[in-house]
Amino acid sequence: MANVFAFVESRGAELRKVGLEATTAARMLADASGGGEVHALVIGPPGIAAKAPQIGQHGADVVLVVEHADLASYSPEVATATAAGRIKSGGYRAAIFSTSAQGRDLAPRVAARLGVSVVTDVLAFEVDGGAIVVRHPVNIGKVIATLAMSGTPAVFAMRPNVIAPAQSAKAGRVENVQPAVDPKSTRVKVKETKQGTSGKLDLAEAPVVVAGGRGLKAAENFKLVEDLAAAFGNAAVGATRAVTDDGWRPHSDQIGQTGRLVSPELYIAVGISGAVQHLAGMRTSKTIVAVNKDKDAPIFKIADYGIVGDVFEIVPALTAAVREAKKHH
Amino acid sequence: MKIAVCIKRVPDMDVRFRIGSDSTSVDETGLKFDINDFDAWAVEAALQLKEKNAGSEVTAISLGPDVVQETIRKALSMGADRGVQLKADKVPFDGLAIATALAAELKPGGYDLILFGKMSPDSSNGAVGPMTAELMDLPCVTAISSLEIAGAKGTAKRELEGAQEIVEFPLPAVLTIDEGLNTARYPSLKGIMAAKKKPLEVKPAQLAEPQITVRKLELPAERKAGRIVGEGAAAVPELIKLLQTEAKVL
Repeated sequence: MANVFAFVESRGAELRKVGLEATTAARMLADASGGGEVHALVIGPPGIAAKAPQIGQHGADVVLVVEHADLASYSPEVATATAAGRIKSGGYRAAIFSTSAQGRDLAPRVAARLGVSVVTDVLAFEVDGGAIVVRHPVNIGKVIATLAMSGTPAVFAMRPNVIAPAQSAKAGRVENVQPAVDPKSTRVKVKETKQGTSGKLDLAEAPVVVAGGRGLKAAENFKLVEDLAAAFGNAAVGATRAVTDDGWRPHSDQIGQTGRLVSPELYIAVGISGAVQHLAGMRTSKTIVAVNKDKDAPIFKIADYGIVGDVFEIVPALTAAVREAKKHH
Repeated sequence: MKIAVCIKRVPDMDVRFRIGSDSTSVDETGLKFDINDFDAWAVEAALQLKEKNAGSEVTAISLGPDVVQETIRKALSMGADRGVQLKADKVPFDGLAIATALAAELKPGGYDLILFGKMSPDSSNGAVGPMTAELMDLPCVTAISSLEIAGAKGTAKRELEGAQEIVEFPLPAVLTIDEGLNTARYPSLKGIMAAKKKPLEVKPAQLAEPQITVRKLELPAERKAGRIVGEGAAAVPELIKLLQTEAKVL
């Protein structure tokens, strides 16, 4: 029996889905190691405490809440000191984070402060005697490594969309925690968080991703991709590196080896040839659809379903058909 | 300014990898190696700062066997002033083991800035930069896509999911570099010639005991062969049907 720590990512006073995934992952790990407690830490501005019941329902026995007016933005130093302090005193078997911009920043720092190693982008985990064994993609996902972590606690960060956040009726007890360092006194300060288009679904979290490539020919033609995403209602828009390099879309939309890694239920590639750099970012998608004029494009080798032809003819037809199909559900 | 850039030699990813006979390493036969892209952008960032600040020095540091000297020479040919190889038989997966060796080298160096690429494509873990910062108790900003230094203060931009952070930090600091900050320069012929004469110091790496063991490497399961549903807009109804009844995603 061992207790497991989870870090619940938030932005402003809102929880992020990856935070609930980390909580559920911690629940799974605690249950697999004989049924310990899950202690989940959330940090945010006033209003974040109201989210504690939701964290409890996703598997936390204890919800540790740091609520502070100066923590509306992520503070790496406050988060590191508070998480590391709590993990050290709590004697946990493992500490689970998320593989997000925030989690990639935080998990290695916390691990280093605890004197243990870290694995990010974890696809699966299990308890194997004294070790926690994780699966982690290397060489841009072309090779999968099985790694045994001997340090205690085992600190790792889950890839988004791998664990389905599971809800129960439990609420979890709430414990208020003070930030381990004064948010006003940190060396590194986030001056501003600029939100993208409000309400836009994030690439890593969206169940459906529609991505466009050079085959769209011009920035304004991304409207076709946006319309198709809108027809699904639960889709995010991504792009290839060629497109973000040309400035048609922001760098943050880039899916691939040097950009975002996504594994949605459904990935639709529009006018994307399928360069190795792009495939590295989306090959773990559950179902892949490709629309491309070149029947020999590499994208068709990994697509479950392909349509060959003119994207300017096919995509509007697909958008209309998806809209129609959604109407009947 | 005194700037250190930590760089890694990585294989070209545009190949089909083979697993070695020990099943815990990648077969390196025939692989081509070069500096990690993110690290090349870090070198470029250091060189641009050097060009703006007279009297600056850029040190390129790489941990690994003697072949990493090639990678260090590349940074020197781009314009770095000196190189340090932290000699080790192989580069472990464990980021803490590597960060421990780097921190031991960097700590007495008195650097104003220590730059890393945000991650390397081979281990794909992104741990070494922020871990080194923690071990040295230095301010750290990860995955930056813009950078301005004014005196002893810096401002950087980080891309988040669907948002951006503008972050301020004091020097000395550790930064890890994302795509979009710059485009790395190619070494000039003059640079390549000059690099041959630049100092490259070799020291034993003080690696910490690794806490991560590679049990197995394997190729991911192949996706089952897909199919072309048809050509043109006429194929859309069939695709919709397959998404509903077979893939069950619509």
